[in-house]
Amino acid sequence: MLDAPAAVEPALPKFVLRRRRKSRSALGWLTIAFFLLVTVLPLLWVLRTALTPPAQIYSSPESLTPPTVTDDNFERVLGLMTTEEAVAASGTAAQLDFPSALKNSFIVVTLITVAMVSFSSMAAYAFARLSFPLRNAIFYLFVGALLVPPIVTLIPNFVLMRDLGWINTYAGIVAPHFLMTPFAVFFLRQFFLTLPSELEEAARLDGAGRIRTFASIIVPLSVGPIATLATLTFVTEWNDFLWPFIVGQGEGTRTLTVALGVFRSSTPQGAPDWGGLMGGSLLSAVPILIVFMFAARRMINALTYTGLK
Amino acid sequence: MALVAHARVDGVGRRWLASWGTREAGAAWLFMLPALVGLFVFHILPLWRAVGYTFTDFDLFSDPTNVGLDNYSRLFSDDQFLRAIRLTATYVVINVPVQVGIALGLAAILDKVTASILVRAVLILPFLISNVVAGLVWLWILDPAIGIVNHFLDLVGVGSQAFLGSETQAIPTIAFINVWRHLGFSTLLLVAGIATIDRALYEAAKVDGASEWQQFRRVTVPMLRPVLLFVTVTSVVGSLQIFDTIAVTTEGGPGGATRVFMWYIYELAFKRFDFGYATTLAVALFVIAAIVSVLQFRVFGRDNRA
Repeated sequence: MLDAPAAVEPALPKFVLRRRRKSRSALGWLTIAFFLLVTVLPLLWVLRTALTPPAQIYSSPESLTPPTVTDDNFERVLGLMTTEEAVAASGTAAQLDFPSALKNSFIVVTLITVAMVSFSSMAAYAFARLSFPLRNAIFYLFVGALLVPPIVTLIPNFVLMRDLGWINTYAGIVAPHFLMTPFAVFFLRQFFLTLPSELEEAARLDGAGRIRTFASIIVPLSVGPIATLATLTFVTEWNDFLWPFIVGQGEGTRTLTVALGVFRSSTPQGAPDWGGLMGGSLLSAVPILIVFMFAARRMINALTYTGLK
Repeated sequence: MALVAHARVDGVGRRWLASWGTREAGAAWLFMLPALVGLFVFHILPLWRAVGYTFTDFDLFSDPTNVGLDNYSRLFSDDQFLRAIRLTATYVVINVPVQVGIALGLAAILDKVTASILVRAVLILPFLISNVVAGLVWLWILDPAIGIVNHFLDLVGVGSQAFLGSETQAIPTIAFINVWRHLGFSTLLLVAGIATIDRALYEAAKVDGASEWQQFRRVTVPMLRPVLLFVTVTSVVGSLQIFDTIAVTTEGGPGGATRVFMWYIYELAFKRFDFGYATTLAVALFVIAAIVSVLQFRVFGRDNRA
């Protein structure tokens, strides 16, 4: 039917065409609505679970609203209950130390984002604007590093962290991404190449050195892309799991993803504390959602840009 | 003649040597220093050491001992390795075509129907939450005994499914979870790709009497080929490295049914302390990913000359 010769169409009266176009776009909207539902319903179910008292978690599952609304799960996860109350409410002794994991995530992610974006932009500037021997060869090394799957360097990096005594320290979790990521260098270099060089030349004529030129001309001109990179880095590192799981599993350094993973595997098989897990999962995504609310358009553009370049 | 050539080379060489000492080069090294240290310490050096580990037996507590090519010959007689390849391949073969296929259709529809930023924001929502949370969410929703999905399957008479608890359903379920998380992202990449297609091509196709389906087949898909190639290659390479979802849901089970490549490497290294062999598998994964990527460029990139 879709392949019906379209050449007939112009012969049809206008109102038929209009109706046909309308019904086609209605079909389109129906498809979109279906995928929006598939996207959102699971998340609503998580919210519902988090708001339901653990004892009633199995009752009236047909309803999207909880039989009784409670903030017990959130209180428990946030450590606002005594241990005895928490054990009584969840039926398990394993508890998620959410506040400490939240603190760890914030420290680790902020350190990485600030340092990595700064150091990467400096290197990107050198590759885009300065001339020095072996420039292309060194740049290709960065691009090459982009192509190596992280698992290959994971084990030697873990051994290095162990040799340095950095297991279960912030330093260990932060180290591999602290100085740069090949992607960040590549991303910013591509942008710096598009900047007009006249402003820089003017600054150089006025006697500004390279460092001043970079700080007072290049950085202000690149606030947009730098902010985009910082946002992407924040989200990626916030969600990172494997590396912090391997080097930072200790109670004092667990980030949120690691804490959730450990919490889940330490609860009895078949009967985890679902209310607590879903409450914790939701809360762990809140900082990202806040960032997203303020920068939705920028993030969507950034994500699609990084894909297309 | 030879003398002249020699003198010229000498001049070039001297100039090249001198270029190391200019103020600009000095500034450049300063700017690059932190990143260069990062590149060397966390990329180049570990890659070098990884290759070295593959020729050793290494349990982390004593120094690596040289075993020559033993780890490589072990690859070919290791049933677990072959099974890990098979499971990973199954996962990729389900995950990538389903994801890219749906994303392509959805992108074409979005492009025609709406430019709403709200719709896009909602679609990309799962991509913003971590794999860990996505895994936990579906672990709860698909719970064999008390999950909401099974409640409804019971109601309509299909009956409860074990999903992640079943040896045959576990891999498809993991694939589904990842399609759910990545679909919006892939869709938006393709929407951005479609937006770059010259609208005149569609006008021309319409004048020639092409139906919307024909426009999709003959204009959208061919013009989108580079973006499609990118989306496919990155999702294949990403899928080969599936780990987080498995770590929080099945942990390789049930009965090893989700012991994919990365999970097997993780077990070998961090549960059995067999670091030499684990690294060999990591290098093998790298080689496989590279070969698969090159093959995809060959297959999908071939008509690009037009």
